[in-house]
Amino acid sequence: MTTFVALVSGIIFGLGLAVSGMTDTAKVQGFLDLFGNWVPDLMFVMGGALIVSAIAYQIAKKQIRPMLRYSFDLPQNKTIDQKLITGSLIFGVGWGLYGLCPGPALTHVLSQDGLLFVAAMLVGMLVSYQIKKFI
Amino acid sequence: MDAFLLPLLGGMIIGVSTLILLLLNGKVAGISTIFWNFCTSKSMESALFIIGLPLGALIAYSMLGISQPTLPSNTSLILLAGFLVGFGVNRGSGCTSGHGVCGIGRFSIRSIVATLCFMASGIVTVAFLGVNT
Repeated sequence: MTTFVALVSGIIFGLGLAVSGMTDTAKVQGFLDLFGNWVPDLMFVMGGALIVSAIAYQIAKKQIRPMLRYSFDLPQNKTIDQKLITGSLIFGVGWGLYGLCPGPALTHVLSQDGLLFVAAMLVGMLVSYQIKKFI
Repeated sequence: MDAFLLPLLGGMIIGVSTLILLLLNGKVAGISTIFWNFCTSKSMESALFIIGLPLGALIAYSMLGISQPTLPSNTSLILLAGFLVGFGVNRGSGCTSGHGVCGIGRFSIRSIVATLCFMASGIVTVAFLGVNT
């Protein structure tokens, strides 16, 4: 049952990304072009998503467990370290360069360029995973 | 239609997806982490979520009249940007969904810091290098 829920949740997420315009690299770069021809539309994507996700979390806080599992599996890490900051800064550079973050990239995986991006993304993840062991 | 309506609606649909995953499965909808689990641990749940993403987008393009965007063909840029995105989200433990939507939705200071960082570096990158299209 949890795998079925995961599929439905993935489909809804992909639908939302496409409807919102986040899968359009030109719109994403237009949104990031704050000091040029700024297109503020995508601000509403985060706004809309945040309202619903904040409500979801408030409901979850009042529950002892999720409906299909014995416990919630939420991130516990609260430390703000150099890995969080340098990693997020590097992610932003890649996001700005081409206009794709991981979710929208995965919606494009059936096209050749999308698949190439996702493959490069996986390589980046694997390299980071190895480097994180040392610094 | 007003320019902000579809982004707002799409954002709320994304929110509904995170709500379902949290309240039913007890999981956070962080795409980069789910994709990592799919690639490294062969998790069936992660695999189906990832498969759902292009399917959902396809529904929007084929049935809801959303125009399907094409990606700019620039192989070296795709490889560089993809690598940096993957490297960064792994090092920073999350991306736009995990930190930007779910994390801030939980009022996590860590996620707020991460989101400010990738928004800032994304804005600076576009300011210096322009748009690729």
